[in-house]
Amino acid sequence: MAQTTHPPGTGGHAASGGEGASRRDFLYLATGAVGAIGVASAVWPFIDSMNPAADTLALASIDVDLAPVQEGQAITVTWRGKPVFVRHRTAKEIEEARTVNLGDLRDPAADDTRVKKPEWLIVVGICTHLGCVPLGQKPTDPRGDYDGWFCPCHGSHYDTAGRIRKGPAPANLVVPQYAFTSDTAVRLG
Amino acid sequence: MAQAHAPQFKNPVVKWIDSRLPIFTMLDHEYNQYPMPRNVNYLWAFGAIAGIMLVIMIATGLVLAMQYAANTHIAFESVERIMRDVNYGWLLRYVHANGASMFFIAVYIHMFRGLYYGSYKAPREILWILGVLILLAMMATAFMGYVLPWGQMSFWGATVITNLFSAFPLVGDPIVTWLWGGFSVDNPTLNRFFALHFLLPFVLLGLVVLHTAALHVSGSNNPLGIDAKGPQDTVPFNPYVTVKDGFAVVVFLIFYAAFVFFAPNYLGHPDNYIPANPLVTPAHIVPEWYFLPFYAILRAIPDKLGGVLAMFGAIAVLAALPWLDTSKVRSCKFRPIYRQFFWILAIDALVLGYAGAMPAEGVWLLVARIGTAYYFFHFLILLPLLGKLERPLPLPASICEPVLKGGGRVAAGAHAKPMEKA
Amino acid sequence: MRSLKSAILSAAVALGLAGAAQASEAVHIPKQEWAHSGVFGTIDKASAQRGFQIYKEVCSTCHSAKLVPIRTLAGIGFSEDELKAIAAGYEVQAGPNDAGEMFMRPGIPADRFPSPFPNDNAARAANNGALPPDLSLIAKARVGGEDYLYAFLTGFEENPPEGVTLMPGMNYNKYFPGHQVGMPNILMPDGVTYADGTPATVQQQAHDISAFLTFIAEPHMDARKQMGVKVILFLIVLAGLMYATKRKLWSTLH
Ligand code: HEM
Ligand code: FES
Repeated sequence: MAQTTHPPGTGGHAASGGEGASRRDFLYLATGAVGAIGVASAVWPFIDSMNPAADTLALASIDVDLAPVQEGQAITVTWRGKPVFVRHRTAKEIEEARTVNLGDLRDPAADDTRVKKPEWLIVVGICTHLGCVPLGQKPTDPRGDYDGWFCPCHGSHYDTAGRIRKGPAPANLVVPQYAFTSDTAVRLG
Repeated sequence: MAQAHAPQFKNPVVKWIDSRLPIFTMLDHEYNQYPMPRNVNYLWAFGAIAGIMLVIMIATGLVLAMQYAANTHIAFESVERIMRDVNYGWLLRYVHANGASMFFIAVYIHMFRGLYYGSYKAPREILWILGVLILLAMMATAFMGYVLPWGQMSFWGATVITNLFSAFPLVGDPIVTWLWGGFSVDNPTLNRFFALHFLLPFVLLGLVVLHTAALHVSGSNNPLGIDAKGPQDTVPFNPYVTVKDGFAVVVFLIFYAAFVFFAPNYLGHPDNYIPANPLVTPAHIVPEWYFLPFYAILRAIPDKLGGVLAMFGAIAVLAALPWLDTSKVRSCKFRPIYRQFFWILAIDALVLGYAGAMPAEGVWLLVARIGTAYYFFHFLILLPLLGKLERPLPLPASICEPVLKGGGRVAAGAHAKPMEKA
Repeated sequence: MRSLKSAILSAAVALGLAGAAQASEAVHIPKQEWAHSGVFGTIDKASAQRGFQIYKEVCSTCHSAKLVPIRTLAGIGFSEDELKAIAAGYEVQAGPNDAGEMFMRPGIPADRFPSPFPNDNAARAANNGALPPDLSLIAKARVGGEDYLYAFLTGFEENPPEGVTLMPGMNYNKYFPGHQVGMPNILMPDGVTYADGTPATVQQQAHDISAFLTFIAEPHMDARKQMGVKVILFLIVLAGLMYATKRKLWSTLH
């Protein structure tokens, strides 16, 4: 049954030539272009539906009450599905963070660029190596060689300003966007 | 299939792949050179339209599935979250929900096209049966999809339809319990329906591939119902039919878009915006419109098992159609008597659909019974007899010259406008 | 055959009409004029804002709207600061705190409207056994939509017609299915004092609250219709081009 020969005069694009052909080419082009625009714009809703939804975005900032956190203590809060470390630093810890020679750091950053108030260090608790959560929040946790955090996955050590000091991680713990809304409250995000 | 016309590919990469895995040759053969009878009308576009609908359903279904949660506690809310919070979620959901209806519209027209032009007859029996299987898979998919939003209609539709199986003696109740995964429609049921609703469209896709493979063996039928006799009777699929089908698809999309954007809930039921409540049945439970004729048949029989059998029977007779219709002539154009009965069947289907939406009592019950009786009469008695009794009109010698050989009557009776030849 | 075909067509049309007729059931629900109806209609934001005032002061004493985040109201023209103020006017449960207890805090726009009762049973107990339905989707969950809501809210009758005996605690409503409803007539002339000075007739209130409920049932309705106009215009252009291409192409066949 299957016929594969073209009927005479219907050989695809090789028809009658001249003016008719150019008008047809233009039509093909215009139709193809408009169709392509249609398909391309129809694709966008599918892609965009996978971006954060309105409820996710609306919860993107949260308020944290710092009043109960005593000096030397730390709390972990969840923000955008990630742990955020809030540490109420002691004078000794602040001192340690400030006196480091920046030239010795893998990812140099002065302590005052990483805090808004010296006693409060707020960082995203995710190791910049491959995404584990470093230890050091609980009093019983190991805090590494620099009194900050120690990542058990591949042995990264962070100091009391959350800066990488030793181990495979390439960068300091990330400081999230935040602002103090009062002396004892911050808004993350 | 003849490999005589192996195409020459210019692109070296295409050429390299094709000489090792001839997918391009195959595509060229099946969708580029595939000879299409040149007299097909726009009813032949509904296959392509149904195919596009399947693609749209799978694409939207996939992104919906990324947001939907198949748990009775949060399913309803997760759909509302799609509607309110997910970027373009309302669009994707309305495209999917109305898409089910559009898919059925396309497939029903496609089927009635086949009925009118005798596309189920030899050598296309397997092609037709694959089509009936596609219809069944669609029905199962759509039914389970409608359960997912977990509204009142979802819940009670699922309850009623799964209970159909309890009609079977002995095995009935255990089957229903097994379907439910419990003692009522509940979380396990919702969960498995979601898994199956995700899976079945891909089974459907496989069936569609087989359906087209079978089509490309026998070639497409046409309004005259006679075989193409040579190249003068056909045109290559691409570009002639691709462009024509493309136009039809776009027109269909306009119709579809009108529902999605301006009446997105018209084909749905308000009760499905009420969360499922196992303690309260809504006053009128009706299935989605595309199930109504079958639902009418179910309710027309005053016996539980009988009703269920009749309903499944209504689809089974379709599968047996190639052998029930004894006429050798395919197209209705040359069957003056059958042509009348075709339209009566079409009306019967609409009437059954209407009766299915009405309360099953009084005059509507009677209408449903008459409609059901006629439906089976048409397929089981009329068609076998008519093939023997009817005298068909003379068939034209070929697609190219129907008017010359077939006489004026054919042209006058031609319901479908033959292809214009500007 | 012609006549058969037209019979089919008219049957199809009749089906459509009857489908619509079936929707309105026994009682006829009068249609109202809505700014948001039709292809080009958009929500009347001022009306919906007044409707919100009624929801807040009247409806929400019994009904929840628990699927609706407060931030949704940005869609009827409330500014971010107004939303914060509206949200802060609600107490929402939060917690557990470090002591393991739930506590109340002022709402934020991301919160959903708090429900008047902790659960359905409490709602029933406080309402004579009747459960006030959640209002988040009510405009889409009732046959007749916003027209029904308007009819229902203005359809209470002090005295039931002859021969109807109301059950204890029930009220007569012309449009409620079955006519006996647990909810009392709550819209009174000047029952609210509109912030924008609009005279608060019962009709005005019913109109405004229905507009508000339509909005919260489908906050993206305006966007949907606006996109629809563009999509359909685009498709018509594409269809025209496709048709021209098809004509041109098939004209080369002899
Ligand atoms: C043959 C193709 C399909 C048909 C006929 C179909 C049909 C339906 C129907 C009727 C609904 C209920 C719509 C409503 O009223 O809300 C639905 C919902 C749903 N479908 Fe499909 N569907 C198909 C393919 C798919 C596929 C391939 C997936 C996933 C990959 C999918 C995922 C979903 C999801 C997640 C829902 C629930 C969300 C909602 O209610 O809108 N569907 N489907
Ligand atoms: S993830 Fe922390 S050291 Fe590798």
